[in-house]
Amino acid sequence: MSALLTPELLAHIGREAPPKTELVTRRDIRKYSIATDQRLRKYLDGDEAPPMFHLSLFWDVVERDQLTPDGVWIDTLVPKLPLERAMAGGLKIDYHRAIHPGDVLVATRVLAAMYEKEGAQGPLIFYEIDTEVKTEGGDPVLTEKTTRIMR
Amino acid sequence: MRMFEPDTIQLFQYNAALWNAHKIHFDYPYATEEEGYPGLVVPGPLMGDWLTQCVLEWLGEDGSLTSISYTNRKYSCLGEALRSEGKVLSVDAKTREVEIKVNILNAADEIVIPGQALARFNKE
Repeated sequence: MSALLTPELLAHIGREAPPKTELVTRRDIRKYSIATDQRLRKYLDGDEAPPMFHLSLFWDVVERDQLTPDGVWIDTLVPKLPLERAMAGGLKIDYHRAIHPGDVLVATRVLAAMYEKEGAQGPLIFYEIDTEVKTEGGDPVLTEKTTRIMR
Repeated sequence: MRMFEPDTIQLFQYNAALWNAHKIHFDYPYATEEEGYPGLVVPGPLMGDWLTQCVLEWLGEDGSLTSISYTNRKYSCLGEALRSEGKVLSVDAKTREVEIKVNILNAADEIVIPGQALARFNKE
Protein backbone atom coordinates (compact mmCIF):
# COMPACT_ATOMS: atom_id res chain seq x y z
CA MET A 1 0.00 0.00 0.00
CA SER A 2 1.51 3.30 -1.09
CA ALA A 3 1.27 6.16 1.38
CA LEU A 4 3.43 8.62 -0.57
CA LEU A 5 2.95 7.47 -4.14
CA THR A 6 -0.53 8.51 -5.19
CA PRO A 7 -2.27 7.06 -8.25
CA GLU A 8 -1.49 10.36 -10.03
CA LEU A 9 2.23 9.90 -9.40
CA LEU A 10 2.15 6.21 -10.30
CA ALA A 11 0.46 7.10 -13.61
CA HIS A 12 3.82 8.51 -14.78
CA ILE A 13 5.29 5.01 -14.96
CA GLY A 14 5.95 4.17 -18.59
CA ARG A 15 6.68 7.76 -19.65
CA GLU A 16 9.49 8.20 -22.16
CA ALA A 17 11.90 11.12 -22.53
CA PRO A 18 12.75 12.44 -25.99
CA PRO A 19 15.85 10.66 -27.39
CA LYS A 20 19.19 12.39 -26.83
CA THR A 21 21.98 12.27 -29.39
CA GLU A 22 25.61 12.89 -28.40
CA LEU A 23 28.98 12.76 -30.13
CA VAL A 24 31.77 10.80 -28.38
CA THR A 25 35.09 12.65 -28.34
CA ARG A 26 38.55 11.41 -27.37
CA ARG A 27 38.91 14.36 -25.01
CA ASP A 28 35.76 13.44 -23.09
CA ILE A 29 36.86 9.80 -22.85
CA ARG A 30 40.26 10.89 -21.53
CA LYS A 31 38.70 13.20 -18.94
CA TYR A 32 36.39 10.46 -17.72
CA SER A 33 39.20 7.88 -17.66
CA ILE A 34 41.52 10.08 -15.63
CA ALA A 35 38.76 11.07 -13.21
CA THR A 36 37.92 7.42 -12.54
CA ASP A 37 41.51 6.18 -12.03
CA GLN A 38 41.56 3.93 -15.10
CA ARG A 39 44.89 2.16 -15.63
CA LEU A 40 44.39 0.53 -19.04
CA ARG A 41 46.11 2.53 -21.78
CA LYS A 42 43.26 2.26 -24.29
CA TYR A 43 41.03 4.20 -21.89
CA LEU A 44 43.61 6.76 -20.73
CA ASP A 45 44.53 7.49 -24.35
CA GLY A 46 40.87 7.77 -25.31
CA ASP A 47 41.00 5.00 -27.93
CA GLU A 48 38.02 3.29 -26.30
CA ALA A 49 35.54 4.40 -23.64
CA PRO A 50 35.44 2.68 -20.23
CA PRO A 51 32.21 0.75 -19.62
CA MET A 52 30.55 3.46 -17.55
CA PHE A 53 31.59 6.41 -19.72
CA HIS A 54 28.05 6.78 -21.08
CA LEU A 55 26.97 8.18 -17.69
CA SER A 56 29.04 11.27 -18.42
CA LEU A 57 27.97 11.37 -22.07
CA PHE A 58 24.27 11.42 -21.27
CA TRP A 59 24.21 13.23 -17.90
CA ASP A 60 21.68 15.97 -18.57
CA VAL A 61 23.16 19.39 -19.30
CA VAL A 62 20.57 21.78 -17.95
CA GLU A 63 20.54 25.45 -17.14
CA ARG A 64 21.10 26.33 -13.50
CA ASP A 65 17.53 27.29 -12.76
CA GLN A 66 16.62 23.70 -13.54
CA LEU A 67 18.67 22.36 -10.62
CA THR A 68 17.21 21.63 -7.19
CA PRO A 69 18.70 23.58 -4.23
CA ASP A 70 21.05 20.64 -3.57
CA GLY A 71 22.38 20.83 -7.15
CA VAL A 72 20.57 17.86 -8.67
CA TRP A 73 19.05 18.33 -12.11
CA ILE A 74 15.33 18.00 -12.18
CA ASP A 75 14.56 14.91 -14.21
CA THR A 76 11.46 15.84 -16.16
CA LEU A 77 10.76 12.15 -16.69
CA VAL A 78 10.06 11.81 -12.96
CA PRO A 79 7.12 13.69 -11.41
CA LYS A 80 7.69 15.95 -8.39
CA LEU A 81 7.92 13.52 -5.49
CA PRO A 82 7.04 14.11 -1.84
CA LEU A 83 10.63 13.23 -0.82
CA GLU A 84 13.35 15.41 -2.33
CA ARG A 85 16.80 14.31 -1.19
CA ALA A 86 18.38 12.06 -3.77
CA MET A 87 20.70 9.10 -3.21
CA ALA A 88 22.24 6.70 -5.70
CA GLY A 89 20.54 3.30 -5.57
CA GLY A 90 22.13 0.93 -8.00
CA LEU A 91 22.76 0.12 -11.61
CA LYS A 92 22.60 -2.79 -14.03
CA ILE A 93 24.21 -2.47 -17.43
CA ASP A 94 24.32 -5.00 -20.27
CA TYR A 95 26.93 -4.30 -22.93
CA HIS A 96 26.63 -5.07 -26.62
CA ARG A 97 29.40 -3.07 -28.24
CA ALA A 98 32.37 -0.88 -27.21
CA ILE A 99 32.23 2.93 -27.56
CA HIS A 100 34.94 4.77 -29.53
CA PRO A 101 35.75 8.39 -30.39
CA GLY A 102 33.62 9.61 -33.28
CA ASP A 103 30.62 7.47 -32.37
CA VAL A 104 27.29 9.27 -32.47
CA LEU A 105 25.05 7.63 -29.88
CA VAL A 106 21.35 7.95 -29.17
CA ALA A 107 19.89 7.35 -25.70
CA THR A 108 16.24 6.81 -24.91
CA ARG A 109 14.97 6.78 -21.33
CA VAL A 110 11.80 5.34 -19.80
CA LEU A 111 10.47 5.66 -16.25
CA ALA A 112 10.13 1.94 -15.65
CA ALA A 113 9.02 1.72 -12.01
CA MET A 114 8.29 3.69 -8.82
CA TYR A 115 7.75 2.17 -5.39
CA GLU A 116 8.30 2.95 -1.73
CA LYS A 117 9.94 1.16 1.15
CA GLU A 118 10.31 1.88 4.83
CA GLY A 119 13.96 2.70 5.60
CA ALA A 120 15.64 2.73 9.02
CA GLN A 121 15.17 6.51 9.19
CA GLY A 122 11.80 6.85 7.51
CA PRO A 123 10.09 6.23 4.19
CA LEU A 124 12.03 6.00 0.94
CA ILE A 125 10.84 6.29 -2.65
CA PHE A 126 12.65 4.24 -5.27
CA TYR A 127 12.37 4.85 -8.98
CA GLU A 128 13.90 3.02 -11.90
CA ILE A 129 14.93 4.49 -15.23
CA ASP A 130 15.62 2.19 -18.19
CA THR A 131 18.06 3.63 -20.72
CA GLU A 132 18.81 2.17 -24.10
CA VAL A 133 21.85 3.42 -25.99
CA LYS A 134 22.17 2.71 -29.70
CA THR A 135 24.33 3.93 -32.55
CA GLU A 136 22.83 6.39 -35.01
CA GLY A 137 22.33 3.41 -37.29
CA GLY A 138 20.31 1.61 -34.61
CA ASP A 139 22.89 -0.96 -33.48
CA PRO A 140 22.52 -1.73 -29.76
CA VAL A 141 25.38 -0.42 -27.60
CA LEU A 142 24.09 -1.00 -24.08
CA THR A 143 21.01 -1.13 -21.91
CA GLU A 144 20.96 0.23 -18.39
CA LYS A 145 18.59 0.15 -15.44
CA THR A 146 19.29 2.86 -12.84
CA THR A 147 17.64 2.89 -9.45
CA ARG A 148 17.52 6.14 -7.52
CA ILE A 149 16.32 6.63 -3.97
CA MET A 150 14.61 9.70 -2.56
CA ARG A 151 14.63 10.24 1.19
CA MET B 1 42.51 -6.25 -4.69
CA ARG B 2 43.07 -2.56 -5.39
CA MET B 3 43.06 0.36 -2.97
CA PHE B 4 41.26 3.64 -3.68
CA GLU B 5 41.70 6.80 -1.67
CA PRO B 6 39.73 9.49 -3.49
CA ASP B 7 40.50 13.13 -2.70
CA THR B 8 38.85 16.47 -3.47
CA ILE B 9 40.67 16.71 -6.81
CA GLN B 10 39.27 13.40 -7.95
CA LEU B 11 35.76 14.31 -6.79
CA PHE B 12 36.02 17.59 -8.68
CA GLN B 13 37.27 15.89 -11.86
CA TYR B 14 34.67 13.12 -11.70
CA ASN B 15 31.71 15.43 -11.08
CA ALA B 16 32.98 17.85 -13.70
CA ALA B 17 33.30 15.02 -16.25
CA LEU B 18 29.67 14.10 -15.55
CA TRP B 19 28.48 17.71 -15.10
CA ASN B 20 27.10 16.60 -11.72
CA ALA B 21 26.47 19.53 -9.38
CA HIS B 22 25.08 17.54 -6.43
CA LYS B 23 26.40 19.50 -3.45
CA ILE B 24 26.99 16.48 -1.21
CA HIS B 25 30.11 15.82 -3.34
CA PHE B 26 31.83 19.22 -3.05
CA ASP B 27 30.15 21.49 -0.49
CA TYR B 28 31.42 20.34 2.91
CA PRO B 29 29.17 22.56 5.09
CA TYR B 30 26.15 21.52 3.03
CA ALA B 31 27.02 17.80 3.14
CA THR B 32 27.67 17.80 6.91
CA GLU B 33 25.32 20.42 8.31
CA GLU B 34 22.35 20.21 5.94
CA GLU B 35 22.38 16.54 4.99
CA GLY B 36 24.08 15.12 8.08
CA TYR B 37 26.88 13.21 6.33
CA PRO B 38 30.20 12.99 8.18
CA GLY B 39 32.04 14.42 5.15
CA LEU B 40 31.92 14.82 1.37
CA VAL B 41 30.20 11.84 -0.20
CA VAL B 42 32.04 9.66 -2.71
CA PRO B 43 29.74 9.35 -5.78
CA GLY B 44 28.12 5.93 -6.04
CA PRO B 45 28.78 5.56 -9.80
CA LEU B 46 32.48 6.31 -9.25
CA MET B 47 32.68 3.29 -6.96
CA GLY B 48 30.59 1.39 -9.49
CA ASP B 49 33.21 2.22 -12.11
CA TRP B 50 35.90 0.76 -9.85
CA LEU B 51 33.95 -2.51 -9.86
CA THR B 52 34.18 -2.62 -13.66
CA GLN B 53 37.92 -1.93 -13.47
CA CYS B 54 38.36 -4.85 -11.09
CA VAL B 55 36.99 -7.13 -13.83
CA LEU B 56 38.63 -5.38 -16.81
CA GLU B 57 42.14 -5.44 -15.36
CA TRP B 58 41.77 -9.14 -14.57
CA LEU B 59 40.47 -9.90 -18.09
CA GLY B 60 43.09 -7.85 -19.94
CA GLU B 61 42.75 -8.39 -23.69
CA ASP B 62 41.46 -11.96 -23.19
CA GLY B 63 37.80 -11.08 -22.94
CA SER B 64 35.18 -8.41 -22.45
CA LEU B 65 32.72 -7.28 -19.82
CA THR B 66 29.18 -8.16 -20.85
CA SER B 67 27.23 -7.07 -17.78
CA ILE B 68 27.67 -5.30 -14.44
CA SER B 69 25.17 -4.74 -11.66
CA TYR B 70 25.61 -3.26 -8.22
CA THR B 71 23.76 -1.73 -5.28
CA ASN B 72 24.81 1.28 -3.21
CA ARG B 73 24.48 -0.40 0.18
CA LYS B 74 26.32 2.19 2.24
CA TYR B 75 27.70 5.61 1.52
CA SER B 76 31.37 6.43 1.78
CA CYS B 77 32.93 9.78 2.65
CA LEU B 78 36.20 11.32 1.60
CA GLY B 79 39.09 10.18 3.77
CA GLU B 80 37.95 6.56 3.90
CA ALA B 81 40.30 4.02 2.37
CA LEU B 82 38.32 1.82 -0.01
CA ARG B 83 39.28 -1.32 -1.86
CA SER B 84 37.87 -3.41 -4.66
CA GLU B 85 37.98 -7.17 -4.75
CA GLY B 86 36.56 -9.86 -6.97
CA LYS B 87 35.94 -13.58 -6.92
CA VAL B 88 34.97 -15.90 -9.76
CA LEU B 89 31.64 -17.54 -8.96
CA SER B 90 31.19 -19.76 -12.01
CA VAL B 91 32.65 -20.53 -15.42
CA ASP B 92 30.65 -21.80 -18.37
CA ALA B 93 33.14 -23.45 -20.74
CA LYS B 94 30.53 -23.74 -23.50
CA THR B 95 29.62 -20.04 -23.67
CA ARG B 96 33.05 -18.91 -22.30
CA GLU B 97 31.11 -16.81 -19.77
CA VAL B 98 32.41 -16.10 -16.29
CA GLU B 99 30.30 -14.86 -13.40
CA ILE B 100 32.24 -12.71 -10.95
CA LYS B 101 31.32 -11.33 -7.53
CA VAL B 102 32.78 -7.85 -7.09
CA ASN B 103 32.71 -5.61 -4.04
CA ILE B 104 33.90 -2.25 -2.80
CA LEU B 105 34.79 -2.47 0.89
CA ASN B 106 35.75 0.14 3.45
CA ALA B 107 38.52 0.02 6.07
CA ALA B 108 36.12 -1.64 8.54
CA ASP B 109 35.71 -4.50 6.03
CA GLU B 110 32.10 -3.52 5.42
CA ILE B 111 30.77 -3.98 1.91
CA VAL B 112 29.91 -0.52 0.60
CA ILE B 113 28.94 -1.61 -2.93
CA PRO B 114 28.15 -5.25 -3.65
CA GLY B 115 28.10 -6.12 -7.31
CA GLN B 116 28.08 -8.89 -9.86
CA ALA B 117 29.68 -9.00 -13.30
CA LEU B 118 29.50 -11.22 -16.35
CA ALA B 119 32.44 -11.45 -18.72
CA ARG B 120 33.10 -13.47 -21.84
CA PHE B 121 36.48 -14.80 -22.88
CA ASN B 122 37.49 -14.47 -26.52
CA LYS B 123 38.82 -18.04 -26.88
CA GLU B 124 38.70 -21.33 -24.97
